[in-house]
Amino acid sequence: MSLGRMVSQLAGGMFVSIQIFLVTLIFSLPLGMVVAFGRMSKHPLLQGAVKAYISIMRGTPLMLQLMVVYFGPYYLFGIKITNSYRLWAAWIGFVINYAAYFAEIYRSGIQSMPIGQYEAAKMLGYGKARTFFTIILPQVIKRILPSITNEVITLVKDTSLAFTISVLEMFAIAKALASSQTSLLPFAAAGIFYYVFNLVVAVGMEHVEKKLSYYQ
Amino acid sequence: MTLLEMNHVRKSFDGTQVLRDISLSVAQGEIVSVIGPSGSGKSTLLRCATMLETMDSGELIYLGERAAWSDGSGGIVYAPKKKLKKIQENYGLVFQNFNLFPHFSVMKNITDAPISVQKKSREEAYALGRELLKKMGLEDKADAYPFQLSGGQCQRVAIARALALQPKLLFFDEPTSALDPELTGEVLKVIRSLADLHIAMVIVTHEMAFAKDISDRVIFMAEGVIVEEGTPEQVFASANERTRSFLGKYGDMGRG
Repeated sequence: MSLGRMVSQLAGGMFVSIQIFLVTLIFSLPLGMVVAFGRMSKHPLLQGAVKAYISIMRGTPLMLQLMVVYFGPYYLFGIKITNSYRLWAAWIGFVINYAAYFAEIYRSGIQSMPIGQYEAAKMLGYGKARTFFTIILPQVIKRILPSITNEVITLVKDTSLAFTISVLEMFAIAKALASSQTSLLPFAAAGIFYYVFNLVVAVGMEHVEKKLSYYQ
Repeated sequence: MTLLEMNHVRKSFDGTQVLRDISLSVAQGEIVSVIGPSGSGKSTLLRCATMLETMDSGELIYLGERAAWSDGSGGIVYAPKKKLKKIQENYGLVFQNFNLFPHFSVMKNITDAPISVQKKSREEAYALGRELLKKMGLEDKADAYPFQLSGGQCQRVAIARALALQPKLLFFDEPTSALDPELTGEVLKVIRSLADLHIAMVIVTHEMAFAKDISDRVIFMAEGVIVEEGTPEQVFASANERTRSFLGKYGDMGRG
């Protein structure tokens, strides 16, 4: 197999990896906020349920969660698993897992805000929603950005776990190529890909942090 | 007309009575100082008046509109949210530790509520903002952020922010207690200058000379009750033992 063919196959996997990455972020970042509110809810039933969900998501391997999402419908309900469901299962598994982690980061940020900010907003006549979105959230984002960066970097590497349910992302293809070509070259290429991807993420996040450093 | 009326207000925290049957009224344009030892309930009184804290029982009235009242069986009822919001427009509060919004510039701190809550035009809000900054002696700080200011400057911005909503009554909760001694003067000077705006002010303070000088009426609180109230002359020359012992701790400032 020529190097060019190898690269083009890996590129296809790269596309799938980036897709999983983007879909996960786009959905888990806002979903995490909803989960965080559930976690902070005064309603004991809701709070308990969300607590259990977060505990399971954080306490079991993501690999296992992906398998449950993928095979679960068949074993639990006898629904036939189609090929096109594979990628969906990866998306769902990643989104619900990362939402749990993001929720805890949001919660820590929101709870670290001094109560005086809420009281000042109340005295100025801001409603609850306006207080949250214009006063609290912007400050929370600045505080939690380093933790978010950490998670996002982990996510880049975690996308490789999709291979456990045979999603043909970067790592799955590199593994297949390595064994069929008896070469370590595909692994090296995969390593470089993840590293460069994360470098871009880190530089991007640093840029955002810098932009938010106009106040303390 | 009476601007603020509080009748028989009680408040406990975890079984400790902090306010025991306090009644108080403030007329329009009146300047009232509340003095007393730490833990006497002064700040709690302010927090109940501003509805940052809910009272256990009693009555809270602004301009004849009831915000809260006792339900007759020992509990308390607050007016519907919409009405409370309307009532709240009558007053503002200056906090001990400023509580400025750190991510907003000085100008935005002052103009954001007038624009987004009162729906004033940007031009109008900014014109008022500039005017207030000038009054506070901070016209060159409009684009600064709170972390770039001294404590005294922050407190003056906080006063401007509260004034921007044009309240009829402004509460001050120990406005100089978080400041270095050399910075209290500039804040007190600004508060003094507000007297010509004819806004009523209720000031919780430990600055006795200031309280004596600025107030129409002084209220002395201890252990959750109003021990004594009257003109500054009356209270500062009081024969009441409790009052004298408190003022005595402030040395010559309290007498004379």
